[in-house]
Amino acid sequence: MLKTFKLGGIHPPENKLSKDKPIEILPIPEKVIIPLGQHIGAPAKILVKKGDSVKVGQLIAEKGGFISANIHSSVSGTVEKIADIKDASGYPKPAIHIKVDGDEWDESIIKDDNLIETISYEKEEIVKRVEAAGIVGLGGATFPTNVKLMPPPGSNSEFLIINAVECEPYLTADHSIMLKRAKEIIVGINIIIKATGVKKAIIGIENNKPDAIKLFENIASTYSNIEVCPLKMKYPQGGEKQLIKATTGREVPSGALPIAVGAIVQNVGTVLAIYEAVQKNKPLFERVVTVTGKKINKPGNYLCRIGTPIGNLIEAAGGLPEDTGKIINGGPMMGKALINTDTPITKGSSGVLLLDIKESKRKEQNDCIRCAKCINVCPMGLEPYLLMSLAENNNLERLEEERIMDCIECGSCSYTCPANRAILDYIRLGKGRTGQMIRNRK
Amino acid sequence: MYFTFLLTIISLCAIGIAAAIILYFVAQKFKVDEDPRIDQVEEALPGANCGGCGFPGCRGMAEACVKAEDLDSLFCPVGGTDTMKDVASILGKEVKEQAPKIAVVRCNGTCENRPRKNTYDGALSCAIQSNLYGGETDCQFGCLGCGDCVSACQFDAIHMGENGLPIVDQDTCVACGACVSACPKDIIELRNKGPKDRRVYVACKNEDKGGIAKKACNTACIGCMKCVKECPFDAITVKNNLSYIDPDKCKLCRKCVAVCPTGAIQAVNFPTPTPKPKPKVSVKKDIDKEKAINKTEKKEE
Repeated sequence: MLKTFKLGGIHPPENKLSKDKPIEILPIPEKVIIPLGQHIGAPAKILVKKGDSVKVGQLIAEKGGFISANIHSSVSGTVEKIADIKDASGYPKPAIHIKVDGDEWDESIIKDDNLIETISYEKEEIVKRVEAAGIVGLGGATFPTNVKLMPPPGSNSEFLIINAVECEPYLTADHSIMLKRAKEIIVGINIIIKATGVKKAIIGIENNKPDAIKLFENIASTYSNIEVCPLKMKYPQGGEKQLIKATTGREVPSGALPIAVGAIVQNVGTVLAIYEAVQKNKPLFERVVTVTGKKINKPGNYLCRIGTPIGNLIEAAGGLPEDTGKIINGGPMMGKALINTDTPITKGSSGVLLLDIKESKRKEQNDCIRCAKCINVCPMGLEPYLLMSLAENNNLERLEEERIMDCIECGSCSYTCPANRAILDYIRLGKGRTGQMIRNRK
Repeated sequence: MYFTFLLTIISLCAIGIAAAIILYFVAQKFKVDEDPRIDQVEEALPGANCGGCGFPGCRGMAEACVKAEDLDSLFCPVGGTDTMKDVASILGKEVKEQAPKIAVVRCNGTCENRPRKNTYDGALSCAIQSNLYGGETDCQFGCLGCGDCVSACQFDAIHMGENGLPIVDQDTCVACGACVSACPKDIIELRNKGPKDRRVYVACKNEDKGGIAKKACNTACIGCMKCVKECPFDAITVKNNLSYIDPDKCKLCRKCVAVCPTGAIQAVNFPTPTPKPKPKVSVKKDIDKEKAINKTEKKEE
């Protein structure tokens, strides 16, 4: 019997079109746009000015607070301008525009592919290197990783859980790097074990990736402290709290962080980035992105530089299909529709999904019939229909009582609603307002 | 049988009388002395319970009026100065004359003026749309057109027009401010109703630089400062590339309306038809103007 989380969850069609596609390296674009706010927390502070020449891996913006991350140039060339662009949020944000000229890497980066297994750094040095490399959670939440590697004093970290679930339909970026860079990932896991002092690492993989499960079971068998945990497919298993529940059976209390139950969760892509940062001194300036969609000619996984316009990726995958209705940054469940193809790939972009007009169209919304399907599928045990109507009426005190702040915005409720109600839209609105109210109280 | 009947009635009456006596003394003991003027003031107030005064309902306002030392900071937007005078006479206080106000939509981004660049198909709520992104047009400051203001209005005084913008009904709007707080883009403003309902205001909230603003919307304020230079009363200021006319200083001379190159400044309810700055300018001139705007923008950069 395979493990999974108990409460709620849905089974959307997988649609992993690019599942068997190896990682392709995307040609370096002519111009990259690197936004300054690619992570949760304070935006980075600019270090370059117009006309400066930069190399691949050069620090171009430094972290602007404790929860923030360094940003490095992903190409070599000259800084064309520093101007606002509309990023995935739909609002103009400051960004560094770099005109590409050649591909000259910073000398300190080890460019070869040789596996370096011996970890010759101490705990502090590892965290420092991760911090310098500007690594953030690559699963999509983009929380600065170095903060996660320093558990608060007094907390007892027992497990390192590697999130290799990739429960979003369509996306295969994590799957592809697991197949290609398995050994590096295992070294990366050992690095995190050394940095955090956990006793055991668990790699959670859903059973729709049998090849990856087999591969990792083979490699992990030589390590006594690394265990592979095959999981039964269910969305949103990749959610931090759901994954902890599925792999360890522990439940993170409402409002608490995973460390409260002794767990540290890292995405598998982040683990690879940590390996590269620590062993190869390579900052985070490229990532694997899935470009997919039913109408697209060549769905696949592309290794591309941060700041590459999404249009370039679509071009590489065979061009924009004529009847594209929506371009989504991320997966179909949690991704966000974009307003144009100039939007750059950021550290948190895991996929580009093209939906045709028919697929992307919202169905007509009807009245709630209190069927409670949304309650059944909510992985956090909330009552989405109630939260929606409370949010509509702006009843923030009640929303707080009904624990709206626990919502992980997975969208299971909206997906399952037979009346096609925009439940998550309203919950997000209510969550934002309730959060504001709680912050104002302090 | 008869006796049981009688006993029931008598005992019930006895209990009732005893309870009434106890209740009477309890009521005397815990009596709350309430100023009778609160009821009178509440009577004088319009009873709309709209919350426009900042208090929960007319009763709250009445209590505040009775408690307050002077009525300067209290004002019922629905009843206006007349109601406040009534309230003042009940309380024997003075009240200042306040100019009546009206909600003004400070956006003129109609479908023709502001081309749509993408389509929003989410939940029909401006607040949700504004949470998600900047909107269907390139102007992230303008009206989103989902009608949050319409559903907020208790007086049925604001409606979505055919051009996609809300229209305020001048006769029914009481300036309670419900639409102002409902609008996530903050484009509705309470302004002085003006003599004979005449008003001059900047119908734009775009804070982008001139070139960007102009590209997004034909009637955007580009922050060119022409109105500031023209105004003889120092009523206009430009902040963040956006002009603002102070309604208290404005004398409605309409000189700014004439010089505004984009027609962002609106003059309403004036007897002559609103002078449109460029009724039918040739296309070439338009392009020249745009070039000039772009140039100034480049210089700024």
